Amino acid sequence: MKTKIFPIFLIFTFSIIFFVFYKGLQNTNIYTPEIKSEIKIPNFDTKEFFSKNKINSDQIFIGSDYYLLNIWASWCVPCKDEHKYLMDLSEKENIKIIGQNYKDNFDNAKNFLINLDNPYDLIFLDNDGTIAIEWGAYGVPETFLIQNNKIIKKIIGPLNEKLLFEIKELTQ
Amino acid sequence: MNILKFLISGILLIYCFSSDLKAKNLEIEITKNLRCLICQGQSVYDSDSEFANSLKILVEKKLNEGLNEKQIYVYLKDKYGDWILYDPGFSKNTYFLWLLPILMFIFGGAIILRKVILKKKKL
Repeated sequence: MKTKIFPIFLIFTFSIIFFVFYKGLQNTNIYTPEIKSEIKIPNFDTKEFFSKNKINSDQIFIGSDYYLLNIWASWCVPCKDEHKYLMDLSEKENIKIIGQNYKDNFDNAKNFLINLDNPYDLIFLDNDGTIAIEWGAYGVPETFLIQNNKIIKKIIGPLNEKLLFEIKELTQ
Repeated sequence: MNILKFLISGILLIYCFSSDLKAKNLEIEITKNLRCLICQGQSVYDSDSEFANSLKILVEKKLNEGLNEKQIYVYLKDKYGDWILYDPGFSKNTYFLWLLPILMFIFGGAIILRKVILKKKKL
C-alpha cells in the first residue's frame, strides 16, 4: 500500500506542475496589476503647452463633462498610430480631449501636431514625467476617461477600433 | 573671531553635506524597494527607463515635501497596487505569501520529527 501512494503522489504533483506551466505559456509575461476603477484624479500644477501659463488640474477638469486624458509624446511611435482615433473622438462634442505632453521637445511636439493635426482641446506639459506617475501611468501612450473628477476607464497602450467603440459607448 | 567664523561655517557645511547625504541615502533605499513596472525584474533604483527616472524624481520631490518612507509607499501603493513594492505589507491579499514559508517550515519539520521518532522506536 505504502509503495503505491508515492508514485501516485508523484504523478499527481508533476501533472499539476505541468498544467500550471503549460497554462502560463499562454499568458503574457508582462504583469499589470489590477486597477481599482473609479479612482479620484490627482491634483497637480503644470504649464499649458503653447502659452506656458501656469495651470492647476482643477482648472482643466471641471464639472460633469467627459474628459479624455491622453499621455503622448512626439517620439512615441504608437502615439502616431492612435492619432487617427483621437481625431475621430475630437469630433464628438460631449467629450473634451486633454493632452499630456510627456518628456518631449517642444519643437518636435509642435511639428507632430502640425503634421498630424491637433485633436486636443488643451495640452499641458509633463517634462519630468512625474505627473504621469501621479496618474498611475506606466508610459506613453496611455489614456484615461474621466468624469466627475473620477477615472472611469484606463487604457494602457495605444487606442484601437475596439477601444474607440468602447469609449463612444461609455460617453453616450 | 575669524577662526570662530571659519569653524562655524565649516561645521555648517559639514552638517548640510551630511544631511544631504542622508536624504540621498533614504531616497536610494526607497527606490531600491520599488519595482520598476515596465522593466520587470529590476528595481527602480537599478533601472534607467523613463518610468523609473520619473519615479526617482517623484520620490525626491515627496521627500522634500516632508513625506516619510512609509507615506511614500502608501502613496505609490494607492496608484500602482502592492506589486510596486518589493516588500509588501501584511494584508489579506498577501497573508498567503507571508504564511506559506512558515507553513512549509512547520510541515517539513513535522515530517523530519516523525521520521526521527520512528527510527528511534525501531532501535
